[in-house]
Amino acid sequence: MSGARLDRMIWLALPAVAYLAVVYALPLLWLLGRSVTGPDGVTIAQFTAFFSDPFSWRVMGNTLRIAFWVTLLSLVIGYPVAIAMARARGLMQVMLLVAMILPLSIGVVVKAFAWQIVLRRDGLISQGLVASGIWAEPQRLLFTETGLIVGATNVFLPFMILPIYSVVKLIDPRLTEAGATLGASPFYRFRKILLPLTLPGIVSGSAFVFSMAVSMFVIPSLLIGDRFQTLATLTGRSYLLMRNEALGSTTAVILLVIAVSIVVLSTWLSKRVGRSL
Amino acid sequence: MTGIERITSALVWAMAVIAIIFLLTPLVVTVAVSFGSSAVFTLPPPGWSLRWYERVWTIRGLWASLLTSVQIAGLATAISLVLGTLCAIALVRGRFAGRDAIATFLVSPLMVPGLVVGIAMLQGFKLVGLREAWPSLLVAHVVITMPYVVRTVLASLSLFDFTLIDAARTLGCSYGQALRKVMVPALAPAFLTSGMFAFLASMDNYPVSIFFTDAWTKTLPLQMLQLVEERPDPTIAAISTGLIVLAIMVLIIGDRLVGLRRLADF
Repeated sequence: MSGARLDRMIWLALPAVAYLAVVYALPLLWLLGRSVTGPDGVTIAQFTAFFSDPFSWRVMGNTLRIAFWVTLLSLVIGYPVAIAMARARGLMQVMLLVAMILPLSIGVVVKAFAWQIVLRRDGLISQGLVASGIWAEPQRLLFTETGLIVGATNVFLPFMILPIYSVVKLIDPRLTEAGATLGASPFYRFRKILLPLTLPGIVSGSAFVFSMAVSMFVIPSLLIGDRFQTLATLTGRSYLLMRNEALGSTTAVILLVIAVSIVVLSTWLSKRVGRSL
Repeated sequence: MTGIERITSALVWAMAVIAIIFLLTPLVVTVAVSFGSSAVFTLPPPGWSLRWYERVWTIRGLWASLLTSVQIAGLATAISLVLGTLCAIALVRGRFAGRDAIATFLVSPLMVPGLVVGIAMLQGFKLVGLREAWPSLLVAHVVITMPYVVRTVLASLSLFDFTLIDAARTLGCSYGQALRKVMVPALAPAFLTSGMFAFLASMDNYPVSIFFTDAWTKTLPLQMLQLVEERPDPTIAAISTGLIVLAIMVLIIGDRLVGLRRLADF
């Protein structure tokens, strides 16, 4: 094939690229541009105003704290589950795959609504903890940070498990066997074989979950309510309810910056992880 | 196996069982509540009834919103499949600069918060005078569905052996026939998986759609959210159960066609 024919291939890419450039990239750039321009040219006044308000710092803190706990909890549950998924056969494998994929195909509104029921004072968790004697009396988890973290972890867990699973299933099981034959302790084998090989999955899963948890909107509004604001709920409210577009576009840009830094950081991390192997 | 290995292995399986229960909890709760007789969500329900299913038919705007969602999701997925596949072919076969950058760009809407995309588009559409809800939703949802198609079709195409097309042509097929008989079947699982996830992502989208609805044009998630906020009774659970049944049917079909394991290839 001639080089000229291959280069004409770029025309096939053009419609999709042009579409996204016009409909998605340009509006984002416009949003960014407007957030740093005022009546007298370039200014960061909107951001200094935002960051000089202690309420804003509380909102930032809420956002990052919740996202951190959701990511950590997802990793702690998700890592062993991803390993189990790669090893499972038969009914267990089908159950795990269904538990992973079926909730993905059901809307987040439905799931948040179900967690509203589970987290109530007379909900399943409260009933279970009282029955097992851990709680002396029924408590309400709905409209608490714990409730929000549990619900959000439930929604985002598959996005932690699937990336880790996709690297675990590529690992040759003979590697750990060889380590065992050579006398490596289980902990040493985990640290030197399993953990380094699964790190790329951990990085991309954590990046996924963290960025989704930072920008979740409907889950907090149903599970914790209006008194607890995150960057995303504040952005949504300022556009949809308060009609305060200046505040909304400022918080939207901060959300965008956080999301982009997560992508940059995780790409850098997985490259570093890849090189150190 | 040493003692430690046995313990860790047991822990791994215990965690797997806990995770299965945890992940399926919202679905089981929804189904149980929908068949309960009580209007407050007591679990287990005091008795069983179908009355919430009868009430589903009385909710105004529900069927219209379902229809809107299915239409938007179907059209957006179809457009993304065409544009995304063409682009994926160019990225795999072409030898021009910036192919990695283009791939990253097309998948990037997955990583940008939906609300931010929605706000940016809202302002952009206003500037060019696009105000009608339905076309705005469609234009926006193509951006939402595109990453799923590009990601999966690109991965599948980079494994495809393009010399097979030349072989088919040597054996007497025209170029079009060769594409249809060799490339399309090889890519069918990728089309199906990516199409399914793209469709579901569009059906479930809330943070972008919320900026483009009006009193007459609502998508299903927004209609349901309005119900949850205004009239929280088990009717919502009944609707949700219907959606769960639909998802199970789609999963069974997906399993028959490409296998569950391929669906989990994320």
